[in-house]
Amino acid sequence: MAPNDTSMSRRGLGRLGAAAVTVAALGAVKAATTSTPAQAQAAAPSGGTIKVGILHSLSGTMAISETTLKDVMLMLIEQQNAKGGLLGKKLEPVVVDPASNWPLFAEKARQLLSVDKCAAVFGCWTSVSRKSVLPVFEELNGILFYPVQYEGQECSRNVFYTGAAPNQQAIPAVDYLASENKVKRWVLAGTDYVYPRTTNQILEAYLKSKGVAAEDIMINYTPFGHSDWQNIVASIKKFGTAGKKTAVVSTINGDANVPFYKELGNQGIKATDIPVVAFSVGEEELAGIDTKPLLGHLAAWNYFESVDNPDNKTFIDTWHKFTKNPKRTTNDPMEAHYIGFNMWVKGVEKAGTTAPDAVIDALIGVSVPNLSGGYSAMMPNHHITKPVLIGEIQGDGQFNIVSQTPGLVVAQEWSPYVADTKDLIGDWRAPMKCGAFNVKTGTCTAGKKA
Amino acid sequence: MIRLLTALLFVLSLSSGSARAQDADDAFQALASGSFDQVRTGVAQLVASGSPRAAPVITALQAGKLYASSDHALFIKQDDDSFVDAATGAPAPDVMASGVKPVRLNNAVRGAIDAALGALQLFAPDPAIRLQAADAVFTAHDPAALPALKKALATETDTTVKLHMQQAQAAALLVSDDASEADRLAAVGVLRARGDLDARGFLSSLSDQPPAVATAAATAITSIDRMLQLWGLAQSVYYGLSLGSVLLLAAAGLAITFGVMGVINMAHGEMVMIGAYVTFTVQQALHAYLPAFYPASLLIAVPLAFLVAGLVGVVVERSLIRWLYGRPLETLLATWGLSLVLQQAVRSIFGANNRDVDTPAWMSGATQLGGLTLTWNRMYIILFAVLVLAALMAALRYTSLGLRMRAVTQNRRMAAAMGIRTPWIDALTFGLGSGVAGMAGVALSQIDNVSPNLGQSYIIDSFMVVVFGGVGNLWGTTLGALTLGIVNKFLEPVAGAVLGKIVVLVLLILFIQRRPRGMFPLKGRAAEA
Repeated sequence: MAPNDTSMSRRGLGRLGAAAVTVAALGAVKAATTSTPAQAQAAAPSGGTIKVGILHSLSGTMAISETTLKDVMLMLIEQQNAKGGLLGKKLEPVVVDPASNWPLFAEKARQLLSVDKCAAVFGCWTSVSRKSVLPVFEELNGILFYPVQYEGQECSRNVFYTGAAPNQQAIPAVDYLASENKVKRWVLAGTDYVYPRTTNQILEAYLKSKGVAAEDIMINYTPFGHSDWQNIVASIKKFGTAGKKTAVVSTINGDANVPFYKELGNQGIKATDIPVVAFSVGEEELAGIDTKPLLGHLAAWNYFESVDNPDNKTFIDTWHKFTKNPKRTTNDPMEAHYIGFNMWVKGVEKAGTTAPDAVIDALIGVSVPNLSGGYSAMMPNHHITKPVLIGEIQGDGQFNIVSQTPGLVVAQEWSPYVADTKDLIGDWRAPMKCGAFNVKTGTCTAGKKA
Repeated sequence: MIRLLTALLFVLSLSSGSARAQDADDAFQALASGSFDQVRTGVAQLVASGSPRAAPVITALQAGKLYASSDHALFIKQDDDSFVDAATGAPAPDVMASGVKPVRLNNAVRGAIDAALGALQLFAPDPAIRLQAADAVFTAHDPAALPALKKALATETDTTVKLHMQQAQAAALLVSDDASEADRLAAVGVLRARGDLDARGFLSSLSDQPPAVATAAATAITSIDRMLQLWGLAQSVYYGLSLGSVLLLAAAGLAITFGVMGVINMAHGEMVMIGAYVTFTVQQALHAYLPAFYPASLLIAVPLAFLVAGLVGVVVERSLIRWLYGRPLETLLATWGLSLVLQQAVRSIFGANNRDVDTPAWMSGATQLGGLTLTWNRMYIILFAVLVLAALMAALRYTSLGLRMRAVTQNRRMAAAMGIRTPWIDALTFGLGSGVAGMAGVALSQIDNVSPNLGQSYIIDSFMVVVFGGVGNLWGTTLGALTLGIVNKFLEPVAGAVLGKIVVLVLLILFIQRRPRGMFPLKGRAAEA
């Protein structure tokens, strides 16, 4: 149209109308197709299913770790349905892909809760993804089962933490290295986000409390997906030649681990010289690398596939049958989902309903077997009891368990080594119902349920 | 204490054969005990006992082939899965796999094994094994190995092995209790001459030395540090070169498309990704159908990646880019959309997870050049980048296609007036740029994860290099890539990986303010237009 036309010609109006209709039609098509098949099924007469959300990255830098968690959830849901479902209804998985994109995690979480109306969501890996979805779960009163080891310093009413807190993984690993390998110098290497930053803050405070000097601690951060490790590995090598036994505590996450371990192998850093203990590397992350140069490097978890136990053998066999791949590995976050899912089922049965408030209250105290021969209990701080295992990498990508706590460790979600949180405890039972209760002042500082 | 015990046992074993057998038995008991600490002492005991079974048993233990039964009898598993008795070497036919468990290792045991094998293999016939043995003894620096070292040095003919043995002797001497001060000072001198990180590490860990020796060690450490600092600078330059070569490979294609056609191609990273996936496919195909050619998979993948990525480039140009000439914003948007389409296409065909690309054996590991550690994969990538650059420059300079490309770059309308079919040249140029990116993908598959997002990590860097170096100029691109690589690698130890990148970007922005057209801009009236 000519710039001087101030009135809409009929043709222009027609065009506008056509455009509007097209946009509306596209919008309707988009709404109908972006929601998962579950949405289409929900339109059909229900009475039928309980929806379980699965919020794991299936693409992007974290896909290497999270895809297998989606698969194990599908297996657990299928198994439960074979047993007759839950409260007489079938369970229906709702799978979304937040693609290692942290804001997208929040959007997908909102979709799962408000559009798909999931009774519970199992998901997240990185702490930044959990922090992104936390406000959504608290606002919409959903339930999230978070299966991955993390930095602690959190105790939300709507989250159940089935992964390890620092005192169930990081601190015991550091203790093992200090006592077994007589390590005196420490490199804390992590990916640059909240989990490694907080964990390293806790570990630094812990090491200093044990008498390690500040110049014997080197801290280093890299971005997600970092692939050029030459410089950093060389500086680790150099740091390790000051005459004291040195070890690396790695909180590197995602597929940056692959070039990191390759570079360790290339530069000839053997585990007998400078051992590397990783907190986010398990059987799944090692599945794609040649592990012969990595022999003897360590990982600290609460479960390894090599745990010698009949429950574990059954789980692994079922997993191989489900995935139709006898080489698929199992790992600690999968066991955490196994425990979390069984706890949720038990909690729902105990409460008699899937309503979030009832289930949240019913879950405390629920105890289910874990895969290493013991039982895991859900504590009032929404964390579970776990054994701590230290394993060394073998040539076949499995872990050789070299140390195990004799019993279960109760999680300390608020770190006693950080000044701001050493007086805090979380307890979601009545009457306290508080995630961050300061025992010194006797007040609830955050997260109180109104 | 254990060292004293081992030395004592060694002396004792020399004196009596039956005592030796007794020690070996004790060692075997310790090995079968099931506790990591006992296994470690068992290894040391077995070596000290001088039993001829020491080497085979300890080698079997290292390989995970030593098994213990519930009544503490030891067996070695052979290649055909049969068992032999560890103590005698005689076959043990009635041992069942279910009745024995492997003797497990941890890092401490592995360290003891390295030291033990080192001591045992000082007399091996192969000089490479003797060299390894000497280095193992150096790392373990156990004075109990001194008599063996002395014997070995007396008969050693190979100069490198002799030098390493002398260094091992020096290390063991400094840790022993009964060496004279003169000997100790000489040992410090030997280690100072060695001058590498290991020597420095060992010298810093010394304690309980007479004052003259302690001062000599301290001076040695400072002089080694100074040498290492210089080597460290050279090492940073090497890292910078390797990063620069990676940037160059990724950006060379972009320099051409950006330079010739002025097209901002946001899908350039995806061409690199396509090259990486071609490598993966080639490896899978060779693995399945022609395993004999598998070691040459990378060499086969390079031309294939060039062709595939080039073809994709030509198709993209003909179908998408050519409608958008002279409209840079639309090109930007369209190629951005194209990159998303290509990523999703690869995700749908190959899956969203990372794909495994094997590194051939000749590309793994590293070599020492003085104080420099040169990893092989990076060396080959630098070489590859130089070759690609040379080939590209030769193509531009000496082929008729190159001549026509350069003509179109300098003055499109004049070139068209001279009878050059500019649309066809555009398509081929785009194809060439994409093909070079494909070859870069083959190289990058060796050092980075192969995933649909591979291109995203390199697109920004490619644009940075091209803008910095000057659009359309390959020499500018080369210099830009190398400069950015070296600056990044010098900043990294100081500022960390994250801050280092930020600083480089800020410096680049400031540079562009001064020289908006880059380091080596193309000159000429048409180029200014």
